[in-house]
Amino acid sequence: MDGETHKRSRRWHIAVFLAPAVLVYTAIMILPLFGTLQLALFREVDNEQVFVGLTNFKTLFGDPRWSDSFWNALWNNTWFFIVHMLVQNPVGILLAALLSSPKLRMAAYYRTAIFIPTILSFVIVGFAWKLILSPLWGVAPTLLDAVGLKSLFAPWLGKEEYALTTLSLISVWQFVGIPMMLIYAALLSIPDEIIEAAECDGITGMAQFWRIKLPLILPSIGIISVLTFVGNFNAFDLIYTAQGALAGPNFSTDVLGTFLYRTFFGFQLQLGDPNMGSAIATAMFIIILCGVCIYLFGIQTRLRRYQF
Amino acid sequence: MSTARHSAGRSIAAHAILITYTVIALFPVFVIVINSFKARKAIFRSPLELPNSETFSLVGYETALKQGDFLLYFQNSLIVTVVSLTLVLLFGAMAAFALSEYRFRGNSLMGLYLALGIMIPIRLGTVAILQLMVATGLVNTLTALILVYTAQGLPLAIFILSEFMRNISDDLKNAGRIDGLSEYRIFARLVLPLVRPAMATVAVFTMIPIWNDLWFPLILAPAEQTKTITLGSQVFIGQFVTNWNAVLAALSLAILPVLVLYLIFSRQLIRGITAGAVK
Repeated sequence: MDGETHKRSRRWHIAVFLAPAVLVYTAIMILPLFGTLQLALFREVDNEQVFVGLTNFKTLFGDPRWSDSFWNALWNNTWFFIVHMLVQNPVGILLAALLSSPKLRMAAYYRTAIFIPTILSFVIVGFAWKLILSPLWGVAPTLLDAVGLKSLFAPWLGKEEYALTTLSLISVWQFVGIPMMLIYAALLSIPDEIIEAAECDGITGMAQFWRIKLPLILPSIGIISVLTFVGNFNAFDLIYTAQGALAGPNFSTDVLGTFLYRTFFGFQLQLGDPNMGSAIATAMFIIILCGVCIYLFGIQTRLRRYQF
Repeated sequence: MSTARHSAGRSIAAHAILITYTVIALFPVFVIVINSFKARKAIFRSPLELPNSETFSLVGYETALKQGDFLLYFQNSLIVTVVSLTLVLLFGAMAAFALSEYRFRGNSLMGLYLALGIMIPIRLGTVAILQLMVATGLVNTLTALILVYTAQGLPLAIFILSEFMRNISDDLKNAGRIDGLSEYRIFARLVLPLVRPAMATVAVFTMIPIWNDLWFPLILAPAEQTKTITLGSQVFIGQFVTNWNAVLAALSLAILPVLVLYLIFSRQLIRGITAGAVK
């Protein structure tokens, strides 16, 4: 009897502990997310929302006025992601590998300094690089001149063919600290016995990294890849800051985030369209969900986790 | 002997790479800050030189402080970040305690539900969030931002904190129960102090994206009174784009507080990140 009441009173605690988090999370995150998915299936006709099924998506993928922008943004976004995977993660791994070597002095200073760009906001990063790369100011040409490469200079952010890659590299510059830190942590958590055993077998230096450490940090690389994927397909701030909502020159730096912003809020003469905006958000949702599922079911389960 | 020379060469190479990258990481910040203290002519004539007695000038800062309400923006950012952070830590710890401490039906399902938000960005719900805020009259209030950031921060907070709380010994909590402590007291007096290191990790992960966010201030609270420092400097720089002194000064004003805080707390911050990653 006593146990019964005790049990019941404990159940109330559970509800009290869970309630604030669940309420805020559900009301501000989950319901709007589904609300947005739902809005994508409606159109406004005479100030009323009318259910139109998948028509918005047909327009988005098929109607040239929309689909050109959409596929352009999707491809740009994919390229943005590819540059991150090819540059940010290898550089991050290299820096982490160097930092984690036990005899290295001043590791703490390097770590602190290299992480600084990551704590800065996109606004600072976007404008700072815009100024530095600006042909008006001439910091970049002066620097290139110092190493005898002045002829290579071009207004990279202003040229259609370079702008997107330049922005991707700026973003890499900003975020390289994250893979560096996570890999660094993973490398530090490898037990000394394993390293000593490898050394006894005569595996040292580069070979040790490739054959012993790299396989052990693969799960961390997997996590970093999926974090990069989600972050990149959700990107907006840097491009908005450096190139404006029109993602110039001539939409060459348009990604899904800026396309969503323009569609939702309107720009120049086009009015904002919440329904089409929702359709784009839904497409982004599906893309991100696919990426996360591929990671969870395709990659993570195959990577063996080592328990130390 | 040869291995010793070999390893010396290696360590020089390692330092060379790290120094190069450190220069790449710091150079833009350095250029912006030194030029913000120079007169207009010197900015263009010798952008890479430190300001000297001849070129030193604070005209950019004067314009920025006179034209932009940076103190207000800073205050708004501070309120939003501190309140959201407090709510995330409090609500997150409570939910994490419920999930890790009690067995009840739907426990793992609830955990999964709350973890969804780690991978799915809250931005995708923006259209409906804006409608919700318009309907409740919260547009252009700091409350709207606080609510959104609290929701955004909770999933990761709950995930990390419940992992930590599972490692707290049951004996301690049961001893508390025998002494007649209520569940609330066990949470507040016994569990919370023990997860303090994890709270620091969560605080770091939660704080930086909130402080730096541009999307939600732009959409939910673009009014002059509610601008955050990130949005405020974005708008200010957009307006003063040809006034290089003012732009450089505004950038430096946005960089310096964050930089100072980072340098003070970098040890905890980095320990927090690496601890969180190992977990």
